Amino acid sequence: MKILPALPILLPMATALVLSLLRDSQQRSHGVALGGAVIHLVVTILLLTTVLKHEVAVLWLGNWPAPFGICLAADYLSAAMVVITAVINTAVIAYARHDIDPGQVRTGFYAFIQMLTAAVCGAFLTGDLFNLYVWFEVMLMASFGLLVMGRSPGRLTGGVKYVTINLISTIFFITAIGLIYGLTGTLNMADLHVKAAGVENTALLNAAAMLLMIAFGIKAALFPLFFWLPAAYHTLPVSVSAFFAGMLSKVGVYSLIRMFTLVFTSDTGAAHSTLLVVAALTMLFGVIGAASQMEMRRILSFHIISQVGYMVLGLALFTPLALAGAIVYLVHHIIVKANLFLVSGLVRQAGGSFNLKNIGGLYKTNGLLALCFIIPAFALAGFPPLSGFWAKLLIIQASLESQQYTLAILSAAVGLLTVFSMIKIWSEAFWKPAPIEEQKSSANCPLSPWMLAPVLSLALVTVLLGLCMEPVIRFSVSAAGQLMDPQIYIEAVLGGRP
Amino acid sequence: MEALIACLIGLMFAAALYLMLSGNLVKFVFGFTLMGNAVNLLIFTAGRLSHIHPPLIPPDQTSLPRAVSNALPQALILTAIVIGFAMVTFLLVLLLRTYAHTGTLDVDEVSFLNEVAEDSPESIAVDQTIERGPS
Repeated sequence: MKILPALPILLPMATALVLSLLRDSQQRSHGVALGGAVIHLVVTILLLTTVLKHEVAVLWLGNWPAPFGICLAADYLSAAMVVITAVINTAVIAYARHDIDPGQVRTGFYAFIQMLTAAVCGAFLTGDLFNLYVWFEVMLMASFGLLVMGRSPGRLTGGVKYVTINLISTIFFITAIGLIYGLTGTLNMADLHVKAAGVENTALLNAAAMLLMIAFGIKAALFPLFFWLPAAYHTLPVSVSAFFAGMLSKVGVYSLIRMFTLVFTSDTGAAHSTLLVVAALTMLFGVIGAASQMEMRRILSFHIISQVGYMVLGLALFTPLALAGAIVYLVHHIIVKANLFLVSGLVRQAGGSFNLKNIGGLYKTNGLLALCFIIPAFALAGFPPLSGFWAKLLIIQASLESQQYTLAILSAAVGLLTVFSMIKIWSEAFWKPAPIEEQKSSANCPLSPWMLAPVLSLALVTVLLGLCMEPVIRFSVSAAGQLMDPQIYIEAVLGGRP
Repeated sequence: MEALIACLIGLMFAAALYLMLSGNLVKFVFGFTLMGNAVNLLIFTAGRLSHIHPPLIPPDQTSLPRAVSNALPQALILTAIVIGFAMVTFLLVLLLRTYAHTGTLDVDEVSFLNEVAEDSPESIAVDQTIERGPS
């Protein structure tokens, strides 16, 4: 099937169109969205198996010859990311049944989230820099729509911060595109790899690389550009914040990985040592920020930042093992973090608040919920045998191999501080006796199975990932091999037009 | 010609940055628009500036006879203009609604710095007054 790489983008778009017509009926739009999400998941898995067979799947749109048209290219990393996107999309849609009220459905929640899925998949699959910019804009527009659903003033001021900083990021992005096109005359990423090596004006090329690093750094919430994230994420509806937390900052990380392994490879020293420092500071400041918070979703938001630091550290070390670690980390983190946000919604349903001071005793009243929390929380902190342990292990091992002992120690220390935050949530929300006034109002309220099912499935995926880590690591190592030696990707994109 | 346009782009960027950093969100919108235009000019310049000669290949030849302007950046700018237009429209509506709630668009004002959690009592109270409309 030649059109396969385009389907993960086209399907959710089509679903979004249908859903925008069905906004009045909450049940019907949920059914259509869930059906669309499941089909999308099947298609992405199909794409992954195709990519596993043929290494890279390329689709040239509009029948233009090699570097001129826009191409979609799925290598191991892209295909894996698209599958994870589909998994999160399905979980979030299922969860939204009892989380999103009819007013928000009428505003277009389901249509927006499908558009967002399409845009995220587009960003993962495109092989063209300008096309990446367009997907980023689609992503922004859809996320803006989701951001301002409802009318809480907290959401509006958080939204203003999110919107303004992201607009600045798009300006940086398009400026870099202009400079790169002026220097090389191409925007196809594979073609750029070839042409960027021959550019004489390396200073200007490095300037463009730095602009891109800032643009993607804002998206990925890297130090010192992360302030918008904890200001916005905790104001959103739970399903939306879970999708944002899982996917959006990771698109930034993915783009960083793509750019600094494929395009800017000739002068890696400067960019990668900058990324090294930034990654270390991101890990540290994220985790320290989390320690001072008492609102569950704000704690989790700060942890997104610190975890992004690990992934960027994997990229900055730039060894095959480190990149493999970064990829394992991406996969593990998206699932775990989205799950923790979904759990925070359940905690609020059971306990009545996101604020840890106002809740307690959930372990006694909701044993299952406690289990749902403890699995992703331990995975995030890096307890063996869960997925986070292996991801951290690979990153730390890679930093030891590149003789970055300080960074290895820092990564371990940040892991320890993550445990501290998770224990804080655990002891406050689950173990501490419930505050008196809350006990009668919300005790024993049954949790909706629509919300429990996705949380339990994601927890199951986390456990399975941890227990069957070997094939995942083998896959990540070959994906990292493709990134370190982009010849196969370039030949697939430029050479063979099927 | 290129040098002149480059200076112009630099000036526009400087003015846009000044507006964006001024701390007032209305000025931010103007700054954003100006910077968007500066970037469009930058892309335009990246495609080479030349006049008179159209980018047409004569019927008896297979390549362009002389250096002409590249047409692709203009297509890119067209896309960027449309996207920028959508962004500015959204930003304006968002700011309008924010102004209705907070009564200010100055980012140093307290109501902007204070981040109200969604389920806190004060947020719900404000929400209810909004639902009822101004009395």
